[in-house]
Amino acid sequence: MYLRSDRPPARRSNGLTLRIAVFGGVALALFAILFIRLWLLQVASGEEHLAEANSNRTREFRVRAPRGEILDRNGEVLVSNRTSLALQLNPTKLPADEAERRRELRELAKLTHTTLPDIRKEIVEQQKVAPGAPVTLRRDVGDFLVYYIQENQERFPGVAVERVFVRRYPQGMLAAHILGNVNEVDEEELKEERFRGVEPGDQVGKEGVEDTYDHFLRGKPGLTRIQVDASGQPTPGGQLVSQSPTPGRNMRLTLDLDLQEAGDAALAEQGLYGGYVAMDVRNGEILAMGSNPTFDPAVLTEPSQKQVDALYRDPIASPLTNRAIAGAYPTGSTFKPITSIAALATGAVTPSEAIYDDGAFTLGGITFKNAGGVAHGSVAMQQALTVSSDVYYYTLGDRMYPGTKLQEWAHRLGIGRESGIDIPGELPGLLPTPAWRNELYREKLTDRPWSAGDNVNLSVGQGDLQASPLQMAVAYATIASGGKVPQPHLGLQVEDAAGRVLRELEFPSTRKVRIESEWRDAILAGLHDAAQSGEGTSYVVFGGFPVDVAGKTGTAERPPYSDQSWYVVLAPYPNPEIVVAVTFEQGGFGADTAAPAALKILSEYFHKEATRVESGAAIE
Amino acid sequence: MYATRTRHARPEAFAVRPSIAERLGLPYMDGTLGLSAIVLAVFSVFTLSQATAGDVPGDPSYFTDRQAIYAGIGIVGMYLVTRVDYSRFRELRVGIYTFLCVSISLVFVFGFAARGSRRAFDLPFFSFQPSELGKLLLVLALAGFVIDGARRGSEVQRTVRYLCLGLAPAALVFLQPDLGTSLVFVVITLAVMYVGGVPWMHFAVIGSVLVTLVTVVLVIAPAAGVPLLKGYQEERLTSFLDPAKDPSGAGYQQDQSQTAIGSGQLTGRGDHATQTRLDFVPERHTDFIFAVIGERYGFAGAAFVLSLYALLIWRALRIVTLSKNSYGTLVAGGIAAMLLFQVFVNVGMNLGIMPITGIPLPLLSYGGSSVLATFLAVGVLQSIHMQARLSQKGGFAW
Repeated sequence: MYLRSDRPPARRSNGLTLRIAVFGGVALALFAILFIRLWLLQVASGEEHLAEANSNRTREFRVRAPRGEILDRNGEVLVSNRTSLALQLNPTKLPADEAERRRELRELAKLTHTTLPDIRKEIVEQQKVAPGAPVTLRRDVGDFLVYYIQENQERFPGVAVERVFVRRYPQGMLAAHILGNVNEVDEEELKEERFRGVEPGDQVGKEGVEDTYDHFLRGKPGLTRIQVDASGQPTPGGQLVSQSPTPGRNMRLTLDLDLQEAGDAALAEQGLYGGYVAMDVRNGEILAMGSNPTFDPAVLTEPSQKQVDALYRDPIASPLTNRAIAGAYPTGSTFKPITSIAALATGAVTPSEAIYDDGAFTLGGITFKNAGGVAHGSVAMQQALTVSSDVYYYTLGDRMYPGTKLQEWAHRLGIGRESGIDIPGELPGLLPTPAWRNELYREKLTDRPWSAGDNVNLSVGQGDLQASPLQMAVAYATIASGGKVPQPHLGLQVEDAAGRVLRELEFPSTRKVRIESEWRDAILAGLHDAAQSGEGTSYVVFGGFPVDVAGKTGTAERPPYSDQSWYVVLAPYPNPEIVVAVTFEQGGFGADTAAPAALKILSEYFHKEATRVESGAAIE
Repeated sequence: MYATRTRHARPEAFAVRPSIAERLGLPYMDGTLGLSAIVLAVFSVFTLSQATAGDVPGDPSYFTDRQAIYAGIGIVGMYLVTRVDYSRFRELRVGIYTFLCVSISLVFVFGFAARGSRRAFDLPFFSFQPSELGKLLLVLALAGFVIDGARRGSEVQRTVRYLCLGLAPAALVFLQPDLGTSLVFVVITLAVMYVGGVPWMHFAVIGSVLVTLVTVVLVIAPAAGVPLLKGYQEERLTSFLDPAKDPSGAGYQQDQSQTAIGSGQLTGRGDHATQTRLDFVPERHTDFIFAVIGERYGFAGAAFVLSLYALLIWRALRIVTLSKNSYGTLVAGGIAAMLLFQVFVNVGMNLGIMPITGIPLPLLSYGGSSVLATFLAVGVLQSIHMQARLSQKGGFAW
């Protein structure tokens, strides 16, 4: 140790000099570190940090765009918007302290007339659907609640009152199955290409037209960017950017409000589960379509899922199912025109060939009888359709066995396949084929392989066949138009808020089936007589109808239920514009329930047509 | 020996009437040292006036006014200390040391608690933090003890004695709890011992003990379920290693501080600064004032401040070599180490390379105790410088 006293260091010892030199070196090194670090932060990566600071201080708020309206073909409003004050809770901003959180939620429960467990459940449920998005506790809150929350904001961290758009249905339950509904986008949907630009918490269309045409209806949210401080509070004068939202486009549908009203009413009147379709034969425009039982679409706008669950849970009534496109029923005699086309096309019969109908048809020891065991005598195709001779069609079915010509032609006419209508939820139904039944037989799910009897059954629309009203409408329209398969659709055009057409939607027919006009004429003549000649099966219903029509009843056995009632009608005869297909579960004979409903729809259609022609004439 | 030279020089002083500068002692002071300290304090007031205008509602110059007053008192105090012969402090070492320990201890009784820590007295217009002044007192007392004990006991005994003397107040401060200041105390102790000539081997042993201790405190004890540090202390000490780990917790402050400094770029954002203006950086008038300077005045401003500190410490080291006696050497060394450590840890913390320890930036951070203590420390350095110059020049009686 060099230090021995407090004497002045006349000659500094080497020890101290070295130590001070080391000290100085350390100081130099430390300052060098600070300078280098400073340079790296500010000059080398300053740009990044500046960008980071800027994103730090700004918060973006999305301003929701009002969704476009949905109109019928005449511009009547089917779906519009209303604004509503919604009480929303951002769960991430709830107090971290469990007791505090419980207190806040309990107070909220009291204010919204629910209970603490219900609120917690609601948060969990809604977070499952849209993680990170604010949870809507209650919609349509009153002014009192709004003021109360705002005045006591410090007691309700994370709670906000938002002005939101809610779908409004001025026509009530009308066309509920077609329109669909709107709800918060879910996680799965966010991954889809068509929902690009949509963020959690945004509303998108679910089901129906709302789903299919979501990209037109949705609009573009606006953006407000404001400057905030570290606690997220806006700073005075800190509004940086404001971009107003672009409202969604209006969608005009092919639906006719009056016809839809008539159809829905006709269906409801019978009080049976069922569905109907009214379609323009020439271009596939759906003029009306409905399903019973139905539901109130406004219920689906409620933030609470309880009522929605109730709608989903009833497996028998299944009110959310659109029976017009997802109903799958045996069609009964309404299938006969399809069998006719198949038999004519394969040469199994000619339009004029008469087959003797003694009331029963025996095949391999099993006797198939006409309804009621009536004998129609010698009938050709037109007459066979008029009186609905089963024996005639049993014979055709037998003649087309073995082979799958009947199925092939039915398939071409649209049976057992999706029509591709522009709303989700369509079912293909079932067109039974030998391959299908034999496969089941191999897997021991049925007791027998395909046999001639299956073909015979199919020829009159019985057995395993399952089809929807839409498929039958497409099949009849195809026959009536001489083989052009229409593309059924609901979308007509996209418009802006002022009603200017932005885009006409095109749904060209993509398939053609070879149908000779001779065949078509024979079938349509038979259907015309079936509806409007004295011996026809639906004469009781259509006998006095002022417009010539061509319609076929169907009564299908559907064990264990009572018979499925069908009616498919083309009008006006002989050059049809419209096809109406109606079916009722457990509706009995086709002429009893389905045909009267179809009559009501056609009455409305031709009544409207008549007034249109008259007023047109008056102007002239 | 000096006495002779002094007496010999005296007649000259009487021969010419001394100028005012001479009377004030200005020619014997280290101008660079004094000016850099004053410029730093002025810069602090200037920065606070721009950055804290909206902090206290209704009083835009709350921090500015107070810091200006503290700096004024500090400068006067610095001058007064300059004119005192620092060697007196060596004689008063026992008194100083006792005062140091008692004042720190009294905080436990009379101090007011702020953020879970008792470290200051609440005086009528000023809250006084004894541990700030204590840094300087420790330097003065410990240097005296080292000189005094230079011939007593073996080298090991001496080393242990110095360590105990230094670590006792450090432990008291640690218990307040004020981890940062207690670390400064440790550094001062080691620095005085270092300049005082404690063998290198002893430092090697102390170093390895420290490493072991840190490992035990931060790694082994928590793993064994015996946490020695308070949760926030440990978090602060380790979070700088990975600030992104918990961006809203301890790492948040450093993340925001780095973003603030980085966004200042070369010339700063001036009044467009957002990080430090909109509360993203906490404690912007005290521990994180360097971040304010970095964001507002950019690399230019921050480098200017760092250069002033470099100047300050260079002058302090120079005074270490100039001192007329060993006591001065030790005191100057302790003060230089104290300043260097505080600047490096605080600025390093702002830059994200050192843990958050709550050590203020000398002269820049808002706070009376710190500003006053630092000015007094600079005053002591001036005193050493002045005495050395006077003794070289050949006498001045005052």
